[in-house]
Amino acid sequence: MTGPFDSTPKDHLVSALVRDEPRVLTRISSLFGRRGYNIRSLSVGSTEHPGLSRMTFVVTGDRGVVEQAMRQLEKLHDVVKIIDHSLEKFVDRELVLVKVAITPESRVEVRQIAEDFRARIVDVGRHALTFEVTGDEGKITAFIEQMRPFGIIETMRTGRVALTRGSNADIPSHVYHEGETEALRPVVESAEPREEKARGVPNLF
Amino acid sequence: MTQQDMTGAKALWATLAAHGINTVFGYPGGAIMPVYDALTFYPEVRHILGRHEQGAIHAAEGWAKATGEIGVCIATSGPGATNLVTGLADAMLDSVPILAITGNVARHLMGTDAFQEADITGITLPITKHNYVVRDVEELPRVIAEAIRIARSGRPGPVLVDIPKDVQLAAYHGEIAAPHARPEIPAPKPEAIEKARELLRSARKPVIMVGGGSLDAAAEITALAHAWDIPVITTLMGLGSFPASDPLWLGMPGMHGSVAANRAISEADVLLGIGLRFDDRVTGRVNGFAPNASIIHVDLDAAEIGKIVRTHVPVRGEARVAAQMLAEGAQKLDLPEWREKIAEWKTRTQDPDHWGAGYAVKAVVDRLRPDDILSSDVGQHQMLAAQLARFERPRRWINSGGLGTMGFGFPAAIGAGMAEPGVRSIVIAGDGGFQMTAQELATLKKYDIRNVKICIINNSFLGMVRQWQELFHERRYSEVYLGDSNPDFLKLADAYGVPAYRADRAEELPEAIDAWLNDPKSSLLEIVVPNEHGVFPMVPAGASLSEMIETEPPRPTPGIEKNAAAEEAKNA
Ligand SMILES: Cc1ncc(C[n+]2csc(CCOP(=O)(O)OP(=O)(O)O)c2C)c(N)n1
Repeated sequence: MTGPFDSTPKDHLVSALVRDEPRVLTRISSLFGRRGYNIRSLSVGSTEHPGLSRMTFVVTGDRGVVEQAMRQLEKLHDVVKIIDHSLEKFVDRELVLVKVAITPESRVEVRQIAEDFRARIVDVGRHALTFEVTGDEGKITAFIEQMRPFGIIETMRTGRVALTRGSNADIPSHVYHEGETEALRPVVESAEPREEKARGVPNLF
Repeated sequence: MTQQDMTGAKALWATLAAHGINTVFGYPGGAIMPVYDALTFYPEVRHILGRHEQGAIHAAEGWAKATGEIGVCIATSGPGATNLVTGLADAMLDSVPILAITGNVARHLMGTDAFQEADITGITLPITKHNYVVRDVEELPRVIAEAIRIARSGRPGPVLVDIPKDVQLAAYHGEIAAPHARPEIPAPKPEAIEKARELLRSARKPVIMVGGGSLDAAAEITALAHAWDIPVITTLMGLGSFPASDPLWLGMPGMHGSVAANRAISEADVLLGIGLRFDDRVTGRVNGFAPNASIIHVDLDAAEIGKIVRTHVPVRGEARVAAQMLAEGAQKLDLPEWREKIAEWKTRTQDPDHWGAGYAVKAVVDRLRPDDILSSDVGQHQMLAAQLARFERPRRWINSGGLGTMGFGFPAAIGAGMAEPGVRSIVIAGDGGFQMTAQELATLKKYDIRNVKICIINNSFLGMVRQWQELFHERRYSEVYLGDSNPDFLKLADAYGVPAYRADRAEELPEAIDAWLNDPKSSLLEIVVPNEHGVFPMVPAGASLSEMIETEPPRPTPGIEKNAAAEEAKNA
């Protein structure tokens, strides 16, 4: 990390409230694709408001890339609101189905591990058990790692879903948030005058 | 009209009329026939038939660029719709408010690869601000009203509405949607303005740079520049946002920008950018752009701020309002050294003094009256016109800046000329680009348009490409020679009933220009120029502005390459 701005690519969790109109998904994925933003996961579902869906993305990139992606997204007519979860307290979950190979010898151990993770068995076969696990990313990754030695046949992850904590459903769109912005990052890390001026200037949108 | 008679197609025209739209450009076809049939019931709307949908949409763009009002164009499904693509992309990049209406096959045929079906909403998704398919006739007027609002509000842009044929024919029972009020744009934050003022107050070498987003803020920007006494640069899209006669004006920045503009940017310590998006043709190599400057960027599109250049003070808001706020509390900066430097740079311009494209363009633009609209096509003549014309007001310069669309200039001049019939609409085009939409000569004849003045700078080459081949490809003139196959432009004009004039030599020019401009009808002037001229100054692509080549490099034996290329082309 160099200075106050981290330019190493990271995963950013972003939610968007979007209108339920044809082509919304195409519009959003075309915007991401054209500008070269990498979406690591995407989940979409309907919301408590008729006509509105909620999407949760995991976008990989440095803060500048992610901010630019969010601003481009917010320009779309279909997009009502964008939330950057790193700016609020949030809960997130992912659901995964994992099909693990079993033998008569391993069956008991596999079930035991699953119990420890509170994974549910959703299908039982002669040679495989399928588990459903929900949790945050760390838990799911740990579960998969535990099962790996037994032989993972297939996995299906839904991608992360997230909501802000508390009752603050009315938080404004985060595109114009008040924090520091990547837009203020100096061109050359070492260019003194520019860097001096740039640091610590609040986003004045 | 009784409710029973109302169809989707009629509801469309009624909605357009309710929005004060009195002129549309278009071209009919099977899938839009109900709309054309319904048009006969709405004499209050004038339809201009182009000869190609691309001509129609560029004309709509010319209309919009000259007036700031929405331009409307109509096409049929499939090939008609796809012919709009270039114009939509052009309007998107130049932020032009356009409503494009396309017919489509009936709903039950959509998605079946039916005759003349194209997924035009899919095709135009990345090049429109928004687009719609109207699947329910009862939605049609509401969608049109919303499309118009989206096209015009905030940062303007093109919106496409695709209407299946059966929806055009379906009975409509609802109301006609009234125009939406334009949504209010929040004023810039006072803290942001104060930060910007602080930077300006501390500046020793400040410069203001304005772009196409400043066209409706010319008065405020002029007041701002004078209040602080800061020189102003206008981008290709912003020409006219600051009067060229003002001593504070430094010209255009970028690849073919003026010495004064580019040097000032390279040395500036504070750069105030208003309504511009730092296009790469403006910045050159980005990390060499304004290397010493703290940048204040005013734009109403938040996504533009920080997109290309690092911004120290982002100001989100309308150019007009921001300029007004920034002018309040201004104090004239006393910067004699900066002024001196600029004065020296400003002397480093050369008026073209020998016969060639620059000389010809200068002769034409010198004849412009302040109200005249000047359009250009794309190429050397465009950059020459941008360098040499002196605009005193905004919306008098119409060109394809972002997309660089050859074939744009002439139809755009028709659209602009129709929007302002009392004003001369002059277009400068190359022999290459003119031929991309030359068929629109028919439009002049059909509607007896009298104020369009076409000037073709004929250098027998795709000049701009040739210049690059000269500089960067060791003069290998690959596929740029036109001289062996250009039409006789006078005969071409004559075939469409358009009077035409020609000048071959400098001495003939004044008389030819007089005859051309004084002709009571729309008319064409072909100026045949020697072809070995480049446009300079020039910043090579990928270089930074400080690496500008100020004057044309000497060539060993001028003229010889031309003949060699001509020979080669003939023998090919
Ligand atoms: C539709 C389109 N095709 C190709 C180009 C690439 N291009 C840019 S300038 C130019 C040459 C234009 O030649 P001409 O119209 O004769 O004008 P000149 O440069 O000679 O003034 C070309 C081919 C373009 N801008 N647009």
